[in-house]
Amino acid sequence: MSELYARLAEYLAFPFVRYAFAVGVLVALCAGLLGVPLVLKRFSFIGDGLSHVAFGALAVATVLRLAAPMALVLPVTALSAVALLRTGRSSRIQGDAAIAMLSSAALAAGYLLLHVFPVSSNIAGDVCSTLFGSASILTLTAGDVALAGVMAAAVLGVFALCYHRLFAVTFDEEFARGTGIRAGAYNLLLAVLSAVVIVLALELVGSLLISALVVFPALSAMGLCRSFRGVTFTAAALAVACAAVGIFVSILLSTPVGPTIVLTDALAFLVCRLAGKNG
Amino acid sequence: MPLLECRDLSLGHPGNIAAEDVSFTISQGDYLCILGPNGAGKSTLVQTLLGLLRPVKGEVCLGEGFSLEDIGYLPQHTETREDFPASVGEVVRSGLLHHCAMRPWYGRALKKRADEFMEELGILPLAKKSFHALSGGQQQRVRLARALCAARTMLLLDEPVTGLDPQAAGELYEILARLRGEQGMTVVMVSHDLGTALGYASHVLYLDHGQGFFGTREAFLTEHPEGRRAQ
Repeated sequence: MSELYARLAEYLAFPFVRYAFAVGVLVALCAGLLGVPLVLKRFSFIGDGLSHVAFGALAVATVLRLAAPMALVLPVTALSAVALLRTGRSSRIQGDAAIAMLSSAALAAGYLLLHVFPVSSNIAGDVCSTLFGSASILTLTAGDVALAGVMAAAVLGVFALCYHRLFAVTFDEEFARGTGIRAGAYNLLLAVLSAVVIVLALELVGSLLISALVVFPALSAMGLCRSFRGVTFTAAALAVACAAVGIFVSILLSTPVGPTIVLTDALAFLVCRLAGKNG
Repeated sequence: MPLLECRDLSLGHPGNIAAEDVSFTISQGDYLCILGPNGAGKSTLVQTLLGLLRPVKGEVCLGEGFSLEDIGYLPQHTETREDFPASVGEVVRSGLLHHCAMRPWYGRALKKRADEFMEELGILPLAKKSFHALSGGQQQRVRLARALCAARTMLLLDEPVTGLDPQAAGELYEILARLRGEQGMTVVMVSHDLGTALGYASHVLYLDHGQGFFGTREAFLTEHPEGRRAQ
C-alpha cells in the first residue's frame, strides 16, 4: 500500500500529471452534473450524437492544421446541439433518426478526411486516440487547465443559478411553462452546455466514450437517492470520484485513461444498483 | 370589476380554430367549470388563459390588480418517468419559482409558505418522501399544493380528477370547496365529470364548436340541454 502511495506521489510530482488530474476531474464533474437533467429528460442520446459531431469537427480542424481546434469544434458542436433539440421536439422518432444520421455521417466524414489528408504517418493512431481518448491528456499545458477551469466554472455557475428552474423544467415542463418559466430557453441552455462539456471531454475520454461520463453518474445516483437534490449531489460526487480513481489506476497500471475512467464509472453503477436494491 | 373578462375569443391557431365566439367573465370567488366534448377547445382555452397562446381573435382583459402571475396552474396529468428522483417538498416548492425573480434560491419566507400549504393539504408529513411512491390522490394533492405556491388568487385546473378513484376525487373536490369557502379562492376547472363538477360550480362555460354557453350553474341546469340531462 505504501509502495502504491509512493508511486502516486512520485507521479504527482510531475506537473503534467497534476494537469491531467485537474482537467479530468473538472470535466467529469461537469458531465456528471449535466447528466442528471439530460438523463431525466431523455436527452442522453443528444450527448452521444454530439460527441460524434465533435469528432468530425476535430478531424476537419486537424486536417486544416488549425492552431486552436476548439475554435471550430465548439461552435459546430453547439450549433448541432441546437439543431438536434429542434428536430427532437417536433417528433421523437424523427429526432432519433436525425441523431443516428448526423452521428454516423460525422464519424464517416471525420475518418475519411483524416485518411485522405493525413497530417501524420500514423492515421490509425490519430483516429484511435480521437475515438477513445489519448495520451495527449498527459501533454496538457497550464493553459489547457485554465481553459477547462473556466468552462467548468461556467457550467457549475449556470447549474447553481438555475438549479431550481432546471428541476421545474425537467420534472414538469407543462407546469413550468404555465408559471412563466421559459422552458424552451432552458432546454437550449442544457443543449449548449452539453456541447461545451462534450468538447471538453473529447481530449479526456475520446468521442466514443463521452456518453459514459454523462450517463453513468446520474443513473448510479438514481439507484441510491430518491430526491433530485440527493441525485444531483451524489452524481457530482460519483463523477469526481470515478474520474480520480480512473486516472490514478491508469497511471499505476499504464492503461488508457479514457476507458479506465469509463469502466470505473460502470463498476460504480453496478455497485450503486446493488446497494440500492438491498437498501 | 371581474378578475378576468374574455370577449369574443377565437381560440387555436390561424387556420385551425378550436373554438369561436367564446365570451365569459370570472369574478373573485367564482367556481367556474369549463365543460364540453373532446376537441371543443378546452385545453386551448387553458393555454390562452395562461398567456401561452394568443387568441386568434378577441381579447382577454385582466381586472385591476390581477395578472397572469396570480393564476396557480394544475396541468392535465402527464406521465413522468417512474424513477424520476423528486421529493414531495421539491415538487411543491417548484411552484414558488416565479416569486424568486432573479434569486437562484428560495428564501426562508417562501419555504415557510410551501410548508403551510403542505400542512393545509395534509401532506407535510410526506415532504421527504419520493413523489412517485405516493398514491394518485396524494400526488394530486402535491400538485395542488404546488399550484397554491404559485398563486393565491385563482386556481386553474385541467381535468384534475382524471385517473383518480372516486374517493380521492371526492377529497380533491372537498379541498377545493374549502379553499374557496375559507380563503375566497377563485377556482377555474376544466372537467369531464359533469355531475360532480356541477355539484360545486357557481358558473359554467360550455364549449361546443360555437354552440357555447356561459352562465350560472342554475341557468345551465335549466337552459342548456346538457345541463337538463345531467339533472
